[in-house]
Amino acid sequence: MGETLLFYVFSGLAILTSAMVIGQRNPMYSVLLLVASFAMISGLYVQLDAPFIAVTQIVVYAGALMVLFLFVVMLLNDPREDAADWEKTHPLRGSGLARFGALLSLVLVVQLAYALLRTPTVSGDVKGTATAEAVSSVRTIGQVMFTDYMFAFEATSLLILVALVGGVYLAQREERE
Amino acid sequence: MIPLSHYLIVSAVLFATGTAGVFMRRNLITILLSIEVMLNAVNLTFVAFGRHMGTVDGQIIVTFVMTVAAAEAAVGLALVVALFRHRESLNPDGFSSLKW
Repeated sequence: MGETLLFYVFSGLAILTSAMVIGQRNPMYSVLLLVASFAMISGLYVQLDAPFIAVTQIVVYAGALMVLFLFVVMLLNDPREDAADWEKTHPLRGSGLARFGALLSLVLVVQLAYALLRTPTVSGDVKGTATAEAVSSVRTIGQVMFTDYMFAFEATSLLILVALVGGVYLAQREERE
Repeated sequence: MIPLSHYLIVSAVLFATGTAGVFMRRNLITILLSIEVMLNAVNLTFVAFGRHMGTVDGQIIVTFVMTVAAAEAAVGLALVVALFRHRESLNPDGFSSLKW
């Protein structure tokens, strides 16, 4: 019972904070709200018997990536949106077409939820028949990652190198005359 | 006991939120943040399906997605900094030099 309650608290707060992320004019608040959203999703990972992913979510996403975003927000002078743009993009004050689009996306979410609730293959318990030890062990994750996913792992290291070089090149000060 | 479909619905709502953010906001940083929201929604789907099937493959894919998200954020933020240095603005509507 407590588990079910925790699921609804975590998922409700995750959806609420994510909705608030896109409803802020100041990106600083958006970044901090996204950290809260990541913490809630991390709670959902704990419920799914994935403690390694939950910790990685906090350390890598909330700890490193969001700090990077915060640095850029503070580095740029005035990153908040213009008042005119803000009024224009508000879903409730926008034109009729924008309101129609928001309504359509809401209908899509409702339809998707209805279809998922009616599908028999996904209506079973998320825990299935597997034991928690079979999926939550960091040892198992490491073994599978360094055998079956070896190529993807090595390709990832190349990707990080390319991103590093690209980031340094793009953000450098131009001194070519 | 929580059905798998509930996790998928949460993930769908989060993904729709991120998509709405990309389309509605007129600020490059907020658009990048919305992409992070979408990536997290997909991660939740991976972990939920992995738990349902009793394999660790879902969690491994999630670590790769996190790496790609970090690389994407690094390059994207470098682009934002370079663009801001040129135009003194973060409004994507203003960057239309390449528009036909």
